[in-house]
Amino acid sequence: MNEEMSTIKDMPTNDMFTSGHGACAGCGMAIAVKNIMRILGENTTVYVPASCLIVISAMYPTSNFRTPYLYTAFENTGAVISGMKAAQRRRGISSTVVGLAGDGGTFDIGLQALSGAAERNEDVLYVCLDNEGYMNTGIQRSGATPFGAWTTTSPVGKVVAGKREFKKDLMAIVAAHDPVYAASLSIAHFNDFVKKVEKAKNKKGFRFLHVMTPCVPGWRSDTSMTVEISRLAVETGMWTLYELEDGEARTTYRPRTMLPVTDYLKLQGRFRHMGNDDIAKLQEWLCRKWYLHYGSEVEQPVCAVFEKPRPMRQSEEDHLHFV
Amino acid sequence: MKVKVISADHAVAYGAKLARTEVVPAFPITPQTLIVEQLAEFINDGEMDADFITAESEHSAMSIGIGASAGGVRVFTATSSQGLALMHEMIYAVPQNRLPIVMVNVNRSLGAGAGIWVEYNDSMAERDSGWLQMYVEDNQEALDAILMAFRLAEDRRVMLPVMVCLDGFILSHTVEKVEIMEQEEVDRFLPKYEPLHKLDPAEPMLINPIVPPEYAMEMRYQLDRAVDHSRDVIKEVDAEFAKAFGRSYGGLIDTYQMEDAEFAMLTLGTATGLARGIVDELRKDGKKAGLIKLRFMRPFPFKELCQATKGLKALGVFDRSASFNGGGPVHTEVAAALCNVPVMVTGHIAGIGGRDVTPDHMRQMYDVVERASKGEKVRQVTWHGLRGKME
Repeated sequence: MNEEMSTIKDMPTNDMFTSGHGACAGCGMAIAVKNIMRILGENTTVYVPASCLIVISAMYPTSNFRTPYLYTAFENTGAVISGMKAAQRRRGISSTVVGLAGDGGTFDIGLQALSGAAERNEDVLYVCLDNEGYMNTGIQRSGATPFGAWTTTSPVGKVVAGKREFKKDLMAIVAAHDPVYAASLSIAHFNDFVKKVEKAKNKKGFRFLHVMTPCVPGWRSDTSMTVEISRLAVETGMWTLYELEDGEARTTYRPRTMLPVTDYLKLQGRFRHMGNDDIAKLQEWLCRKWYLHYGSEVEQPVCAVFEKPRPMRQSEEDHLHFV
Repeated sequence: MKVKVISADHAVAYGAKLARTEVVPAFPITPQTLIVEQLAEFINDGEMDADFITAESEHSAMSIGIGASAGGVRVFTATSSQGLALMHEMIYAVPQNRLPIVMVNVNRSLGAGAGIWVEYNDSMAERDSGWLQMYVEDNQEALDAILMAFRLAEDRRVMLPVMVCLDGFILSHTVEKVEIMEQEEVDRFLPKYEPLHKLDPAEPMLINPIVPPEYAMEMRYQLDRAVDHSRDVIKEVDAEFAKAFGRSYGGLIDTYQMEDAEFAMLTLGTATGLARGIVDELRKDGKKAGLIKLRFMRPFPFKELCQATKGLKALGVFDRSASFNGGGPVHTEVAAALCNVPVMVTGHIAGIGGRDVTPDHMRQMYDVVERASKGEKVRQVTWHGLRGKME
């Protein structure tokens, strides 16, 4: 496919990630992978580390990928795809080598291999499918889990309720490697999604895509609400759509006004226990993040209760970071 | 053919170059560093056409190697000790996927009581991973082993990774005369690698899926059989190598003065050269001493040992690592191999943490074995060169 895809209408319907896989009803990750693979097409070579994706798509003797597909371990996506690409280059095969890793495999255990591949500017595409926890092993907390969320390792106890730390700013870490292209994606913003995957596919060098993939059992949400939750994440600032290209960062979608975080939280059982104090703490964190992403151009009436939005970092450092 | 005076680390780098290795993932660790430095120089000087990928850890080095080998190219890497331990998880992904990666492990002690000196407790810990594992005695054998290892690994009857182990510092940093073969000669012995499978969109396949209990057992059995099939291939490759280059190392084991021996030692690595000298001394005194050199720890030479020890009264087994269960790993395996052979087997642990194994230590070992051969009661396991008395 040489013509650039610009909207969902241009999407090919030739599935490289086929139906019949074992994902839960309403799985955000399956939606993301199906569409990423449609855009990447048949000339693609896939690596998947330990994750929900490997379990739902590669149970011997079956496979849901119609492309070459390798798995080995949890923490080595950045490394294995580097080796795959080197081999294909030497064998005269020019396919898109893509690693499809989860947030645990990227934010936490796989961070080192990710950094290695990014630092070497390997000609590969790294996709982080972020469902904000170790969902495959039974919903444990990861560095991507948001503040306040219940998981089985951040349980709602009598003394401590939910995760006490905020979500790691992975993209800032990726941006520090000065990648050719990096972008955050939402399955609720499909034209934006298509453009970014297409862009990442056509560039040479290290490319990184970060996709929010709601998890029905892990987030304690309704199977029909996956896309709506993704949409509300952007409207409340829990997720921001942006891209980093040739060293320039820009937001690719600006909400008209900031919605209160409770609009997002109330659809998910993982936040059900949160009291007013914790909600206010999360809201304040979001207000600061919002200001950094959108400046004061986008209205944030919900933040009026907080004295004034303070940048998370020193202003002179702002241009150095992609947040 | 050129002759160079080089260390074993440099010798294996020449081996990897002559083997036309295509991808070299690398992470430095003492005493392996000279290998990756030399390879980087070869590549940057344009003498070797390979992708040198500087990993950010040994775990990633092996992961890159797996990705590249699954992509259908010849892969060489090298590590040591802590690096091998960090790789451990990925070590297990290689044999089951039948990826013919060749790796040098420069033996160095592993874990606390930390040191950078030779001990075999790093590689011995990987002996049940499905990798074929060989130990070399000198720098020439180190180079030759790389070429034989690729021939063996890529043989369709085998298709397994090979770990070539060499003694840290004693070989890795000590120079010796090494013959460097001509590229054309090596090309004839080791043709271009043609993978059976590779990750190619033109022929999509899934490599390394999740395997449920319905299939996993058969896969492990196939791996067990492949390791077993390598026994014959090892002998063939040794014969082919001898034909091509005029040097033979004798397959799974090599023997010295074993024809009429009454007592003998079994050694591996550099201790073998020392033992050979002691056998000569003992023979001069009219004593019927012999020597078995263990070349392959995997596959373990059960049959060959039974044949080699026919007529022998006692065999001492040299171990450069302990199992912390009374003896050493080689001793345990030899004892198992010879359980139906009427020969007394004793264990001899020495050279731990890089301590020199001196001629005196080796004489003591032979002395214990000689006494055992005469029916005298001796220690089951002796630590030689130990300061103070054994319990």
